[in-house]
Amino acid sequence: MATVPLRVPLEEPAGTTINRAHALWLTMKRKPLGAVSAALLVVLVLTAIFADVLAPYDPLATQPEIRLSAPTRAHPFGTDDIGRDVLSRIIYGSRISLWVGLLAVGIGTAAGMVIGLLCGYCEGRLDLIVQRVMDAIQAIPGLVLALAIVSVLKPSTTNAMLAIAIVIIPGNSRIVRGAVLSAKQNRYVEAAQALGCRHPRIIATHILPNVTAPILVIASIWLGNAILIEATLSFLGVGTQPPTPSWGLMLSSTGRAFMEQAPWLAIFPGLAISLAVLGFNLFGDTLRDAWDPKLRRQG
Amino acid sequence: MHKYVIRRLLLAIPVLLLSSLIVFGLMRVMPGDALIALMGESGNVGQKELAKLRKDLGLDRPYHEQYLLWLWQMVSFSPGDSIFTNEPISVSLKKAIPVTLELAALAIVLGITIAVPIGVLSATRQDTTADYAGRVVAVSGLSIPDFWLATLVITFSAIWVHWIPPIGYVSFWDSPWRNLQQFLLPAAVLGYRLAAATMRMTRSTVLETLREDYVRTAWAKGLAGRIVVYKHALKNALIPVVTIIGGQLGTLLAGTFVVEQIFALPGMGRLTVEAILYRDYPVVQTNVMLVAATLVTLNLIVDLTYAWLDPRIRYQ
Repeated sequence: MATVPLRVPLEEPAGTTINRAHALWLTMKRKPLGAVSAALLVVLVLTAIFADVLAPYDPLATQPEIRLSAPTRAHPFGTDDIGRDVLSRIIYGSRISLWVGLLAVGIGTAAGMVIGLLCGYCEGRLDLIVQRVMDAIQAIPGLVLALAIVSVLKPSTTNAMLAIAIVIIPGNSRIVRGAVLSAKQNRYVEAAQALGCRHPRIIATHILPNVTAPILVIASIWLGNAILIEATLSFLGVGTQPPTPSWGLMLSSTGRAFMEQAPWLAIFPGLAISLAVLGFNLFGDTLRDAWDPKLRRQG
Repeated sequence: MHKYVIRRLLLAIPVLLLSSLIVFGLMRVMPGDALIALMGESGNVGQKELAKLRKDLGLDRPYHEQYLLWLWQMVSFSPGDSIFTNEPISVSLKKAIPVTLELAALAIVLGITIAVPIGVLSATRQDTTADYAGRVVAVSGLSIPDFWLATLVITFSAIWVHWIPPIGYVSFWDSPWRNLQQFLLPAAVLGYRLAAATMRMTRSTVLETLREDYVRTAWAKGLAGRIVVYKHALKNALIPVVTIIGGQLGTLLAGTFVVEQIFALPGMGRLTVEAILYRDYPVVQTNVMLVAATLVTLNLIVDLTYAWLDPRIRYQ
């Protein structure tokens, strides 16, 4: 005769719970490029925060007598066409890039999260309609959409940031929606629904914790892209406006005009953009490996 | 396969219609209206002239009428005139589209020609110097901005080789050599990013395929390494690569906006960026819609190719 256990375990077998910070640390130890990218980002953030202290000169102060001077000890990255110190402008430029990146990704991620949560949780007609709208937005390449939005709103740093945020929303909402749909299958969500928990409570306490990892991973990857789009918009003249030091703008205004005469004007701002984007891309990869191996193939 | 094609075609239509609504809506969100935004900046256009212009451009009609009219114009390939140059948009597009098409096609050919062999080399020599070099090239390609690379390429070819691409567009049919000289550098810059993404994908899919049982069988049969990799593994490994290339087409099209500007190529990208700078909204809305339609069509073709390559997809 078959024996029936007296107590059926109600909980799922507990897996090994690894703290997220610990998982990240382990991945960084395994892949030193992850640690390098983290170091790169720390340098970028510190540069942006302490720009006032680090910059040797005022980024807007002009010294026409030393215009277009090649890199020297006094001006390690040289000076531009009106004698402004390129190093100081790059240091201050990190503020613009980081600020635009963080705010755009923050807004885009928050909006994408709300849309994704609602679509994934409610499903049905709302999901169908909203997802088709997201499809339609994604049919327009990100940079082209950002350009069109900025053309409507007038060129400025804030509008570029808003445009980038709008570009980010569809992709993020997709990922959150997918994560919510999968989280909904968990038995504890069914149990919470059966117990009569209210929807906001189920979303906030049972579903949201499951979607934070993919959101953070995607946000970190998007940060690099946001910096790249801001630089591109500024380069095309529809982002940050002069005389504010923005890396993209520095490249387009003086970098291109004097590229044969003073190549350092093109080299250093571009290097700064590339390193920042590289840092975020590599760090995003590391986060993905540490927290969300399922996303690996999508990258 | 027919059913699959029809289903995908039917799904593409609402996406395109919604995209057109978004583009149209975006241009109407402009505070005041497009004309005031454009003319207001010059400050010397009277109310009467503004009203007349608004009537000529159909901006005095209700929004739904304007939308339907624009949709009809798009479908009938006569999308009105530019506010700034008064030239029919179809005429400007006729001149600009071949330039962008040539640039994009060359970039794709260059990108894939570079990416697939390096991706395969990276995978077959995993964790060697060649693999690390390939991966560094790929990651850099995803991080270096197109406009910086383009600027550097022009700067250093001017400084070191004393050569810059000829200025003033010449069509391929008029002078193939001069045309290729103009397009080679921009296409290489544009192709690098595409190559980077494709290289990464080729490496990871070839690595995966090389561990499959049938590849092991091929090795066990005593086949030469080249035949195992190129005849057995690569064919299957390339299926996901097609999707990655499809996914990169949007980035490629957006890239033409920047690269055409830098290399002074009179293509769609340059036309649109100039229209944006002059707030020439009929040109902006037509071009953005055209880019969206191209992308939807290209993605459709990629999906169909994918279904053709992998029968499991079309039977889903």
